Amino acid sequence: MQEATATASHGDHSHDHHDHEPLSFWSKYVFSTDHKVIGIQYAITALLSLMGGFIMMMLMRWQLAYPGESIPFVGNLLENVTGGAQGGMVVNGVMQPQFYNALGAMHGTIMVFLGVVPLGFAAFGNYVMPLQIGAPDMAFPRLNMASFWTFLPGALIMFLSFLVPGGAAKSGWTSYSPLAATADQPQGPTIEFFSKFLSDEGALFMASIFNGQSLWLIAMVFLISSSLLGSVNVIVTTVQLRAKGMSWMRMPYFVWAILVTAFLLLLAFPPLEAAGIMQLMDRVAHTSFFMPAGLYVGGEVLNSYAGGGSPLLWQHLFWFLGHPEVYVMLLPAVGIVAEVIACNTRKPLWGYKSLVFGSIALGLLSFIVWAHHMYMTGMGAKVSAFFQTTTTIISIPSVIILTALLISLWGGSIRFNTPMLFAIAFLPMFGIGGLTGIPLAFSSIGSYLHDSYYVIGHFHYVVAPGVIFGLFAGVYHWYPKVTGRKMNEFLGKLHFWPTLICMNLIFAPMFIQGMAGMHRRWYDGGATYELSEPVLHWNIVMTWAAFIMFVAQIPFIWNFFTAWFNGQKVGTNPWNATTLDWQTPFPAPHGNFAGPVTVYRGPYEYSVPGADKDYTPQNEPDVIPEKETKEVKA
Amino acid sequence: MQIPYEVEERPDTGVYNAKLGIWLFLASEIMLFGGLFSAYIFLRLGAPEGSWPDHVLWDLPGLINTAILILSSVTVVLSYIYVKLNNFMMFRVCMIITLVCAGLFMGIKSFEYNGKFHHFGAFMKDTSKPQGYGEQITGHVIGENEDFFLVAADSRQPIDWLSARELKKQSPAHQKLASEHDAVHHGPVFNHPGIIPTGDKYKPKSLEHKIKVAIGKEKHKEHDVFKVMKDQIFRHSMFTPGYNAYFAIYFTMTGLHALHVIGGAVVLAYFCFIDHKRFFTNRKHFGNRIEVAGLFWHFVDLVWIFLFPILYLL
Repeated sequence: MQEATATASHGDHSHDHHDHEPLSFWSKYVFSTDHKVIGIQYAITALLSLMGGFIMMMLMRWQLAYPGESIPFVGNLLENVTGGAQGGMVVNGVMQPQFYNALGAMHGTIMVFLGVVPLGFAAFGNYVMPLQIGAPDMAFPRLNMASFWTFLPGALIMFLSFLVPGGAAKSGWTSYSPLAATADQPQGPTIEFFSKFLSDEGALFMASIFNGQSLWLIAMVFLISSSLLGSVNVIVTTVQLRAKGMSWMRMPYFVWAILVTAFLLLLAFPPLEAAGIMQLMDRVAHTSFFMPAGLYVGGEVLNSYAGGGSPLLWQHLFWFLGHPEVYVMLLPAVGIVAEVIACNTRKPLWGYKSLVFGSIALGLLSFIVWAHHMYMTGMGAKVSAFFQTTTTIISIPSVIILTALLISLWGGSIRFNTPMLFAIAFLPMFGIGGLTGIPLAFSSIGSYLHDSYYVIGHFHYVVAPGVIFGLFAGVYHWYPKVTGRKMNEFLGKLHFWPTLICMNLIFAPMFIQGMAGMHRRWYDGGATYELSEPVLHWNIVMTWAAFIMFVAQIPFIWNFFTAWFNGQKVGTNPWNATTLDWQTPFPAPHGNFAGPVTVYRGPYEYSVPGADKDYTPQNEPDVIPEKETKEVKA
Repeated sequence: MQIPYEVEERPDTGVYNAKLGIWLFLASEIMLFGGLFSAYIFLRLGAPEGSWPDHVLWDLPGLINTAILILSSVTVVLSYIYVKLNNFMMFRVCMIITLVCAGLFMGIKSFEYNGKFHHFGAFMKDTSKPQGYGEQITGHVIGENEDFFLVAADSRQPIDWLSARELKKQSPAHQKLASEHDAVHHGPVFNHPGIIPTGDKYKPKSLEHKIKVAIGKEKHKEHDVFKVMKDQIFRHSMFTPGYNAYFAIYFTMTGLHALHVIGGAVVLAYFCFIDHKRFFTNRKHFGNRIEVAGLFWHFVDLVWIFLFPILYLL
């Protein structure tokens, strides 16, 4: 039926299509305004970034388990790339502290800002959301393209900053001042290079821009601007371009998740852009927004800064973004998991409205919890009391969401395909991550666990086996939508099970190490500290688990590329799903739907008693028998 | 492929796409400037008692700029109205007035910036203070050798600005005292051994000084000249963003605002001179564009309405 209507109305469609000429390769695949192509561009960039961040993590884990031993296979290569022995990053194949710090800062930045958020919000949001609401495209297609082409330079600057003299940013992904303002001062080789073309002052100015930390800030300004354009586009699309009959409570939960995420990005990111501009001013124009008076560096009072600034200001502005950012990463993944669970349990989501209002509450509350990252800054007990109250309150909508998804499994005839495995694994993994966060909400416990491996374990449980499992579920789930072919199930399971086991072997020991008091930023993994002796052996377990997990990603990569050409061919709706994204012709043309779309029902009408099949697509009219539907549609 | 509601309003939401888009964009802009405004509050409240320089800026150019921007906001609304009234001639006149206002604003702003970049200040070493410096001298450098700067000092030094202002806040008796202070005060006095009076006088040549003398804002046609010994200076620079926290926030906020003025003016100029054919082919769409750009222009104006008091008056 689907195929028939698709081809029948495709003829009509090409009539009212405005641009008849076939697009050139460049405007079709590179500078495309089609939301589906842009979604794929984001997905590829983000998957490559996740890979890059993962490799950085493995290098760090090697150093933590075997401090002072030369890095196997790539030690010499890294040494040459980072400027040899005098570059000071890798010497005789051994990682130096500066390089470890750079990897730490860049792993966090790349995973969060170039990997998870672009994959969840930008890639899936771009590709799936307009399809699910029955829109022909995003509301501003050219703005959408501009958003990607602002994102890409940011991503490239971020990665290439490893190659400037002095290496990439080393002040942590949080980039706290005054460390971040004084680190990476203009490097000799850079000044030398620019003094060939410029005056001494000009060369110094350029060198204050071309160093790791400044490039980090510049890249962040690009990324933030890109996400602003994207979030405006997403909100306008959701509000304005819903198909006829697509009322708010008929929107799939994924669309709600993306809508709330867009609001978080829209309102939480600009203060960090302001902060980024101010820190860049601190570094380039030597202002002192975040530099206190009378700052001693290396035993001498720093006289290149006027002082009078506030380091705490940076932390407030950073975490004002930083905490909503957690939900920016989480919500799209929850949305994907909800879609996959509803589809593969063949029954409606339990508590759709609770999920929706829970997400909205989560979004609102996420703006007033940021300072729970700052209990140790001495901002005062009263402020801490306020933020620990709001932080415990925010766990309520989180638990509502998790519970609704968990109960959705009850009584379903579950199809255990790969996307569903990842979606089910998301629930306990995110549960562990969430529950271990509750102790951190309290300032008294926070002062013991602050900056320990416990914190690392907590947020990696949320983000890695949590969010990234949700994103994997999305990749497996929507792969047939993009390519018309399914990914191989056996390889999928070969990807899932080792990844699940290794994830837990990597992150569970972090709780033990953290409670033993190990600090998150120790370059030697705690080998020189007495307190870490009883828990030091876990480093080796975690490191080997990480390496095995890398091997476990090979089936996924192999599967991803081979299925594109050799995967099992499927129809337009291989999972028998109800939402509109599966009701377009294949391949979906620029403009998506074959004709005007009308929505008649809610998003999850699976196994409706009395229906002739176990799913009823949203655009299928009530009562009218099958035959007439065809005529009406054609 | 046609995107729905690009020109016409969607019945149930009552807006067309771009109008919702610009409101959301403005919301994010409010958060961007909000971040900077909260930085201003944070820095000013955190500054040690009496160290925040207030009334450093000459408020007249700021006042003129405020008037100019408000005028341009009026004309941009008029140009929108004339699109609706189908009067192309008047639309264009109003839009050109708006653009001229934008140009005037930027001209005055650059005059002010230029003055700052040629204004010198030095913090003198003082080891008894925890921050490592004490007294401050500001003025214009009229000569320099390897030992000292020759500085024509401002007739009122930062510390005086503060004390005079503090006095004016008090009772009428204190205010009288303050005006007497202004009357008898003939140039600054310094205690630091690194600042040596030469007894010379210097007549500043800048346009700013001439205007100030002409309108009675500046009582001293000539300024005292001092030698400022280089080895006694803790830190010196022009009034650049790095000079102190106040100039940092001043240049960052006004600079970002100026970029918005330029951006807005470019868009308005595009509608006025390049895209104007749409006025005759699709006037509804053209009106939407002017409305959306006008909303942005009002926002830029509104930011200045906040910037002027916090940077010039408070």
